Amino acid sequence: MADINEIKQVVKQYLLDEYFEGGNPDELADSTPLISGGILDSISTLQLVTFLENQFGIEFKPNEVDQDNLNSIAQIANFVQSKKG
Amino acid sequence: MMKLHNLLENSAAKFFDKNAVENLKGGSISYGELDSLTSVIKNELTKAGVVNGDRVGIYSHKTIDMVSAIFGILKADATYVPVDPGSPPKRNAFIMSDCLVKLVIIEKEFLEGFKEALGWGEVKVHFEFGEQLIIIDGPGKNNSAASSFDDIKCEDPKDSLAYILYTSGSTGNPKGVKYSHKGALAFVDWCSETFQPNENDRFSSHAPFHFDLSIHDIYVSLKHGATLVLIDEETGKQPMTLAPLISEKQISIWYSTPSILTLLLKFGKLEKLDHSKLRIVHFAGEVFPIKHLRALKEIWTGKRYFNLYGPTETNVCTYYEIPDKIPDDKTTPFPIGKDCSHLTCKVFNDEGELISKLSEGELCVTGPIMQGYWNLPERNAAVFFKDKNGMKWYKTGDVVIEEEDGNYTYVSRKDRMVKRRGYRVELGEIETALYKHPSVLEAAAITGTDKDGGVLVKAFLVMNDPAEESMIKMKQFSSDNLPQYMIPDRFSFQKSLPKTSTNKIDYQKLKEY
Repeated sequence: MADINEIKQVVKQYLLDEYFEGGNPDELADSTPLISGGILDSISTLQLVTFLENQFGIEFKPNEVDQDNLNSIAQIANFVQSKKG
Repeated sequence: MMKLHNLLENSAAKFFDKNAVENLKGGSISYGELDSLTSVIKNELTKAGVVNGDRVGIYSHKTIDMVSAIFGILKADATYVPVDPGSPPKRNAFIMSDCLVKLVIIEKEFLEGFKEALGWGEVKVHFEFGEQLIIIDGPGKNNSAASSFDDIKCEDPKDSLAYILYTSGSTGNPKGVKYSHKGALAFVDWCSETFQPNENDRFSSHAPFHFDLSIHDIYVSLKHGATLVLIDEETGKQPMTLAPLISEKQISIWYSTPSILTLLLKFGKLEKLDHSKLRIVHFAGEVFPIKHLRALKEIWTGKRYFNLYGPTETNVCTYYEIPDKIPDDKTTPFPIGKDCSHLTCKVFNDEGELISKLSEGELCVTGPIMQGYWNLPERNAAVFFKDKNGMKWYKTGDVVIEEEDGNYTYVSRKDRMVKRRGYRVELGEIETALYKHPSVLEAAAITGTDKDGGVLVKAFLVMNDPAEESMIKMKQFSSDNLPQYMIPDRFSFQKSLPKTSTNKIDYQKLKEY
């Protein structure tokens, strides 16, 4: 079972590299709203899903690509962990 | 004179029991039912005071009821004004107030936000239909100015306005492109002649109804007694869900932006699905990178692919059929093609003189195109000109070259309009929205390229409060004030912005930042 803090760290680093160029890394908290906050749009969400699938060896079902699972680093980490089981 | 809703009436007479429209959840409506429901809506609109020339807004998700609303409005001899339900209510309230819609057909979930954006208390509800739609008074009700506009007049006095589609405006407010029945029907007839659809076809409706791509989907499909399959906004953005639905719903004619086709290619696992019913793939709105188009054609074989080109102001004005085999060494995009037979395109220089082949100039269009922008006389004066024979031309703002074989190749834009994922974006509209932030002193938006060759929007800001220099806060602010596709990808906070000798923002310098 992957450590949840490790997952959070990997996801945060990905988001910082891809979508936070020039931003202050301290601003991106575990609870920062990513989709409803306008940081991720539909395409960047799919890119994130592909990254998570490859990084953690999981597969998203179409109905799991959803704001409920992906709207913050904390939600993403919880979801990834539940998938990895 | 033939009107758009006559297409539905004619098909209802021939295909009474056949499905006219379906959604993805198993819902459907037959031609007969659609024709009678739209007559009911028409009667209710007329009872509520709608007369020829009135505008009626539509604020709804894409549903079968929304298609009914459109035809009800057309049958009432009025003009429909659809807005993007995903845009901020303030932007939609601006649109409805700008063209003074007399009534609004609105989905209940949007009512509170809309009222708040207009500063309204109670509104009069005239009628309720379908599952969620109500007809309410709009900003043009009880406003004497609403019916006295010269703006509703068409070039042909027997013609009338069918719809107004709002697109991004460089001054910060969206601008309304007026289209008449005659103009829309000329395009629909051209589609019939060129693509020869029939009643066995099943059309995708991927584009939202406030986009001109929807004109093809709705009217060409219903004209031929085919079935229109509505793809709602959410599903339309989810390639993993969408790809199997194209197969299940047996879509035969597809029309979307290249961005969506690229998403289907990358995330839709197309090679595992049966898309053999699909026979025509149309794309429009932006350049389709050759690499992705080639890859798509290798999976979706045996289909015809058409690059349709044209701004909302002209709808499709040129088209190009992609050859069966794309040479391996081809890296440059395909041409936008030759002009459609219902209108004429020519290339002019800035002095209004025709330009010879193989030289760059501005693509201009004459024929059954838009009737101008709603209530923007200066803008209309700027985009139309008369040549020395007195012919009126619309200037697209696109710089093109006419090749030896008569095909046009797109070169660049003359202004600050950009295409982002197929959406039309005026950088000026983004800047105006950013200036609404109380701490923003200066704002400038430019474009860059991401690692896949897509368009990135970068915003440069000068703020009077360092605590507000936050990318997250500015993203949130942007999503409250702009449609999602206009939210800048990057924010950069500066002490000051570079200026030209005339003290304007130096966009060229910003590109080096």
